[in-house]
Amino acid sequence: MPGSGEHESGVLTRKRAEEIFASAVKAARSLGVRDLEAMIGAGTQALTRFANNAIHQNVAERSGYLSVRALVEGRTARANTNRLDEEGIRQAVEQAIGLARMQKPDPVLLPLAEPADHARPARYFPETAAVTPDERAKAVREAVNVVEAESQIAAGIYSTGESVLALVNTRGVCAYHAETMAIFSITAMAGDSSGWAKRSSCAARDLDPHGAALIAARKAAQAGAPREIPPGRYTVVLEPSAVLDLVGQLFGDFSGTAIRDERSFLTGRLGQKLFGANIHITDDVCHPLQSGAAFDGEGVPRRKVTLVEDGVVRNVVYSRQAAAELGVQPTGHGFPVPTDLGEAPANIVIAGGDTPVDAMIAATGRGILVTRVWYIREVDPYQKIMTGMTRDGTFLIEDGKLTRGLKNFRFNQSLVELLADVEALSPAVRAAGEEATDMVAPAMKVRNFNFTEVTKF
Amino acid sequence: MKTTAANALDAAVRRGISYGDVRVVETEERHVSTKNGKISELAASVSVGLGVRVLDRGAWGFAATDDLTSEGIEAAAELAVEIARSSALVQKHDVVLAPEGAHEVHWTSPVRIDPFSISVDQNLALVYSIDAELRRNPGITLAETALVFTRQRQVFASSEGSVIDQTRHTSGAGFTAYSFRGDEIQKRSYPNSFGGQHQLKGYELVEELKLVENAPRVAEEAVALHSADQCPEGRFDLILESSQLGLQIHESVGHPIELDRVLGTEANFAGMSFLTLDNLNRLQYGSNIVNVVCDARLEHGPGLGTFAFDDEGVPAQASDIIRDGRFVGYMTSRETAAAVGAKRSNGTMRADGWARIPLIRMTNVSLKPGEQSLDEVFGADHAIYMETNKSWSIDDKRYHFQFGCEIAWEMRNGKRVRMLKNPSYSGITTEFWNACAAIAGPEHWTLWGTPNCGKGQPDQIMGTGHGASPARFHNIRIGSAYAG
Repeated sequence: MPGSGEHESGVLTRKRAEEIFASAVKAARSLGVRDLEAMIGAGTQALTRFANNAIHQNVAERSGYLSVRALVEGRTARANTNRLDEEGIRQAVEQAIGLARMQKPDPVLLPLAEPADHARPARYFPETAAVTPDERAKAVREAVNVVEAESQIAAGIYSTGESVLALVNTRGVCAYHAETMAIFSITAMAGDSSGWAKRSSCAARDLDPHGAALIAARKAAQAGAPREIPPGRYTVVLEPSAVLDLVGQLFGDFSGTAIRDERSFLTGRLGQKLFGANIHITDDVCHPLQSGAAFDGEGVPRRKVTLVEDGVVRNVVYSRQAAAELGVQPTGHGFPVPTDLGEAPANIVIAGGDTPVDAMIAATGRGILVTRVWYIREVDPYQKIMTGMTRDGTFLIEDGKLTRGLKNFRFNQSLVELLADVEALSPAVRAAGEEATDMVAPAMKVRNFNFTEVTKF
Repeated sequence: MKTTAANALDAAVRRGISYGDVRVVETEERHVSTKNGKISELAASVSVGLGVRVLDRGAWGFAATDDLTSEGIEAAAELAVEIARSSALVQKHDVVLAPEGAHEVHWTSPVRIDPFSISVDQNLALVYSIDAELRRNPGITLAETALVFTRQRQVFASSEGSVIDQTRHTSGAGFTAYSFRGDEIQKRSYPNSFGGQHQLKGYELVEELKLVENAPRVAEEAVALHSADQCPEGRFDLILESSQLGLQIHESVGHPIELDRVLGTEANFAGMSFLTLDNLNRLQYGSNIVNVVCDARLEHGPGLGTFAFDDEGVPAQASDIIRDGRFVGYMTSRETAAAVGAKRSNGTMRADGWARIPLIRMTNVSLKPGEQSLDEVFGADHAIYMETNKSWSIDDKRYHFQFGCEIAWEMRNGKRVRMLKNPSYSGITTEFWNACAAIAGPEHWTLWGTPNCGKGQPDQIMGTGHGASPARFHNIRIGSAYAG
């Protein structure tokens, strides 16, 4: 697990980032502009993709960028380029300045951020950055063998890569973060059923593709000959990936700007007890299972923020601009300026409990286990009703046991009601899904979950 | 760019591959958007790089780079070949490509007004005018506007001798008005959600849309929704305006006909398809007035899926997908065409920029106009008419869908009798299309752009086109999103 300290990546060293910024500043000064901010990034990503028990796509990319923002007498604009030679940098700076000068001044636009220390979680693992195509292929082969041995068909991905972000400005901010990331995901298909598992970590050694394949294959085997049962309100056990992809839809609303714009479900509800007393949620970039840089889109250090305590919505996050306009302190969650959204939490940690999934099942007379949810979209922005489907492992629970697979459901579920109806939580893990940014989340047992229709498989 | 492509192709071929292609892509973008009268995005972007795709030992490898020095190009070619050889370690069958001729082409999409020739000042004046019209209505609590323009040049070169240099221009424009009151947020968008209308056009698209002129009506509707009745739950005849029908086509026809999904190669993420191969030429997909084509040609219109050649060098084509209600065709690639007995790809491989491989993607998947007048479409005794998408969701085999719309009206004998808020409808794909009872004629047909279609791992975003006229569907389940 990450400790503390900063690791430099060869794809973009701190020195090279400073050189790029120096070129940008020189170009700006030649145009009479002193206030400049730049996000400078680079990365490599490789992804081995398999289906029908074979690798069918296998890719790698290397990229870098400069996103430069000019601030000219109360006006600001941004230009982006991946041409990082002197000419490319100069053109980007000229464009940003030109766009800024075309605007009318904004009297409340803030000057660039001042330097401040930020945490340096160690999230760069050289052995993960160095994983080769052959190593990914061998891990995939091992996982495919597990699924094939069950006469099933495997599909999935194994990706590894590294990324660097430097945030620099002419007031002295010079924040730098390098990180590696590895992801393994597998679907096992068995005629009329399927199972799924996904893991992500800054360190490839944490993934255990073989273990994920065993889980997916077991779920596919258990879910065979799925039965259709009527839609309605059921007690559900949501595995951590399902919690992530559903509850993860809430957090864009924990934003001072969203509340000011009256587009958040928290408009008029800050300080209220909306959820059950067992719900505690923080945004904590330094949590050992989290990932990402410890500074925001202006280089402001990310603070740990208690969003929900004992079911009460205590705080939301604020960019510099939102904080200045609303008379509070910035929390370090701002998006790059200019922005319509303002800010959002980025490192959600939902506190877990002490009830493992097996114990949740054992304590359920009749209910449904949901492995994964899919195609989640917002139906009602204030009640926070989300629609979506279950997928890849939906099981009937009867008398404390998983008794059979079920055909998949559509749900229309208010997330406010969901978090008010949580009966038990498992220990929290780093959850990976497809509909929300990875977060630290437990499995949840929830009463009265609203399934509205059934599909054909 | 042609020299860069040739050098990269040479670097791959020198390493003894059986097939290779290179795409060098340069993309320029301009984004202008506002929120409540302030700029929320004003940005110019440029990105250039190349991707090398190779077949070696019967397996695929791909590497992309923005390092266009000779060292960077050599490294990308070397990595692509190394990756292909690793792919061969877990391979069941050698990849075989359907034949395709060598093409040498230079093509630029038609543009009447180059959007990059329009000053940012003029862009800002427009979005500020729209914003002012929206916020003139005191019930509007949030007003957002957006303009986006792109120019993308791509040089494709293959080891089979093709050199295809094509440039596409796209434009997009639209706005949304929100109204918060009590415990309810309502919104209306124009001319569509997803940032408005998007087409393969220049600035002329923005002029055609009459954005400022429509702003007061749209704002008024957003506020009026608070006083409207809740959309009832039950089974009703449903009338869809053409942008919502375009998204219905996208989700419940366009994705299921992707042959890679059918063959299982998207199973882990986007999912598969109910349209297994045994359905070809057998399944009654819709009623006998339903005709759907997949058409990337300019003759079909200026869609986000219009081009001269796809991203593996196959010419744009028109393919029947549903003919008189019967399912008759998939979207294919050079690798998959043989699975349905085709001798040639129908040209639907598209990549999101230089860094990603081409996948089977929708081009313009459109419902052909019907023969009914608008009065006939709206002429049911009792129906619910819905406009403008608000939410969309469909299962991973594309059977069960649910859509929410921004606004609806209850219709009796062709007349609007009351506005309805929070409308939604749901169903099973084939049951829905078989319930199609009337489709309006070509004078009401619009080619809509969907700019945000996601697929693939790593994820790729693609623009697709969907033409449709308003249409009526019989006995559809309505209101389930708020049921229970």
